[in-house]
Amino acid sequence: MKRGLQEKLAILADAAKYDASCASSGTTRRDSSKGGIGSAGGTGICHAYTPDGRCISLLKILMTNFCIYDCAYCINRVSSRVERARFLPDEVVTLTLEFYRRNYIEGLFLSSGIIRSPDDTMADMVRIARMLRQDHGFKGYIHLKTIPEASKELIDEAGLYADRLSINIELPQDASIRQLAPQKKPETIRAAMADVRLAREASRDRSFRGKRPARFSPAGQSTQMIVGADQATDGHILTTASRLYTGYRLSRVYYSAFSPIPDSSAALPLIKPPMMREHRLYQADWLMRFYGFDAEEITSAAPSGNLDLAVDPKLAWALAHRHSFPLDVNRASREMLLRVPGFGTRTVQRILAARRSGLLRYHDLLRIGALMKKAQPFISLPDWSPKGLTDSANLRARFAPPPEQLSLI
Amino acid sequence: MSFLVRLPQLGAGQAWRDAARRLASHRIPADQVEWARFDQPQGLLADRPLPAGTGGHEVRASKDLIALLNSVICHSDEQAMALCYQMLLRHQQDPRAAQNPADRLTHQLHAMDKSVRRDIHKMHAFLRFRELPGSGARRRFAAWFQPQHFITERAATFFAKRFGDMDWTILTPEATITFDCGRLYFAPPPPSRPDLPEDASEALWAVYFQNIFNPARVKIAAMTSEMPRKYWKNLPETRLIPGMLADAERRVEAMRQAMPSVAPERAQRILERLAPDPMPTQPQTLEEAALVARSCARCGLCEAATQTVWGEGDATAPLMIVGEQPGDHEDLQGRPFVGPAGQVLRSQMAAAQVGPVWLTNAVKHFKFQPRGKRRLHQRPNQGEVQHCRWWLDLERRFVQPRLTVALGATAAFAVTGSAAAIRDRRGNVEAAQDGGPVLITWHPSYILRLPDVEAQQARAQLRADLTRAVEILA
Repeated sequence: MKRGLQEKLAILADAAKYDASCASSGTTRRDSSKGGIGSAGGTGICHAYTPDGRCISLLKILMTNFCIYDCAYCINRVSSRVERARFLPDEVVTLTLEFYRRNYIEGLFLSSGIIRSPDDTMADMVRIARMLRQDHGFKGYIHLKTIPEASKELIDEAGLYADRLSINIELPQDASIRQLAPQKKPETIRAAMADVRLAREASRDRSFRGKRPARFSPAGQSTQMIVGADQATDGHILTTASRLYTGYRLSRVYYSAFSPIPDSSAALPLIKPPMMREHRLYQADWLMRFYGFDAEEITSAAPSGNLDLAVDPKLAWALAHRHSFPLDVNRASREMLLRVPGFGTRTVQRILAARRSGLLRYHDLLRIGALMKKAQPFISLPDWSPKGLTDSANLRARFAPPPEQLSLI
Repeated sequence: MSFLVRLPQLGAGQAWRDAARRLASHRIPADQVEWARFDQPQGLLADRPLPAGTGGHEVRASKDLIALLNSVICHSDEQAMALCYQMLLRHQQDPRAAQNPADRLTHQLHAMDKSVRRDIHKMHAFLRFRELPGSGARRRFAAWFQPQHFITERAATFFAKRFGDMDWTILTPEATITFDCGRLYFAPPPPSRPDLPEDASEALWAVYFQNIFNPARVKIAAMTSEMPRKYWKNLPETRLIPGMLADAERRVEAMRQAMPSVAPERAQRILERLAPDPMPTQPQTLEEAALVARSCARCGLCEAATQTVWGEGDATAPLMIVGEQPGDHEDLQGRPFVGPAGQVLRSQMAAAQVGPVWLTNAVKHFKFQPRGKRRLHQRPNQGEVQHCRWWLDLERRFVQPRLTVALGATAAFAVTGSAAAIRDRRGNVEAAQDGGPVLITWHPSYILRLPDVEAQQARAQLRADLTRAVEILA
């Protein structure tokens, strides 16, 4: 039976909704002033928000949800009875361009189930990207989810058209991948990430004449890890993430709270997605990327291996390291200011700028945008001293939400 | 005497700058200037012209300040223009004030600037074009948008750069922008909200919006903080939200109720076809061993490392060179001795005219500690070396070298079983555990860590040892 475009879009958008990645930023600057359509570069734009709080920046769809693999956490696995559909390459191109022209999206995020073979699937995806770039002069953002088992030549071509490539690591521990996604190989996934890193570095080297080769995936690569489908602790997850960041220079690691899927596999729990856990992981990830924290430092404050769900990881770290506080805001180093709960990177930047014009006081910090309620116990100023507050026994209780009666169901 | 500056509907930014510069050049105090926008009633505000000509004072403004003021004068607050002039005057006396985020006026202007920039950003995000019927070569589109501040002109360049190959009109309560064959035209606003024709793509967009939503993760506060309700009335998709929310609970419940179903028949056939051939537990050839080693999980190193780095070279070579373990580069590329230490080794091998050789490592996975942006090499412990000896022994059994060169302590330990200090053993020929002679020498990465003079010496010793290996084999 042939399906209409609307039906296919419904099925293949629904199938893509578990992909957390939505970024459309950080690529090369380009626009349509010399022909073609579209622009990109700088910060991406979120064009709409759905009630799950996530933005729509890209047309996020699957090329097809037919798949020959049997990954337990995935709705599209071969053993699922989900409705299947498949876009023709032309249809994906038309949808992208028509949505783009109406200013609904920043570009395309294309993922796919694996049909026939990894190489066949990847070749179709590359074809779509090539049609957009070459036939239509599309300058908007393209994110391709690459198939790790695909050949190097195809990935190399994908990197020429795509702004970002991604390869999902799926689960934080090799053993879980082997168990839940038996057709995927963790070492192949990592090797594919290593190849992308090397190709990106090679594309930045100038030749002896100073000519730069074509940019390869200028917005970098990213990955996604499912949280809560296996027994891995937050410690495992963050250690894996930090290895991925250092090893493959990833732009982002996305954490996706495992969501119940219709027609789910018996191998997995039918749980409510652990949304708070996902949130804490993102906060911890931020601390690793922008605040100079190591994965070990963050998890050392969490003896169970899991992050504290009641307070954010920076506060948890500060509560466990009270001997480093209070900090004199007018003298402390940038590195230490970044460790004060309630001070973000921008607050710290402003504090350093304002210090050049004289001593900072309590009200100056409020104006600068520091969250003083959080920072109070950890800082000292000419007109503020936390006195015993820093060491008080009930400090954590000031920040943690009041205890709740556990629900019986 | 006081002055009144009335800004025009179009080009208000330039008009403000001209007026402010002239006023400031006469050092006219801020409280003697009144600012009015085009839409403010004339009534009591009789026009009082600006002082003639440029005054005697030089007017200076830093680049950052100009950018800030250009933005703030778009703010809908009636005070915005006056505050900007105050700041400009202040900057003449105290240029640092504009850079101090703790300063009161600076803070106020920064807050207004943020609001304006956010509004521009939201216009870029939430404006929706509809296609107009047309017969020309270029397709035609139009959109209606209601910004909070006076930003239409500032926001226009973005659309001009993005939608270069189509003609379009953006209508706002403040102005009409037309982009026609690559040129922008500004005109006064339409008298009221225009009726734009239906667009078939809007139905497809609605389908997409409804289906990309995951009903298991409702987070309304997150949605409204980024997409405030004031913008909703002009967005085609927002009218779907109540229905999506009403249905969410039911959809999640239905998912939970649905028991895992029986796999379709074709699944089993496909999975059988995909099932890998069973891995031989006892590889019979070097190729087979390399294949099985790829998924080695004998110790914990495999999970952190990228991949198994198997040996390479001439499988019939009389000489085998064993290093410690792959480093950062080797791990990424999956090949031994391609990093800086590998370069040292390869250059000394060339100098010593080493013939066919099989290059490998005692441990096949990279061991490291992530530190900032780098992976710091960590020496494998004896347990890891023991685990990996299974592979090294296999490799040695298939290659059958007549001589082995062990680079550094780890390799020497793996091949000979002795963990004695390398300093006393370098240059000696010892017996391997599985038989055969082993020549012991420095690891090239050790040479890289030495200060220059000692490095020269160690490099020469490595070359001499390699030369000796060639002589032994001759």
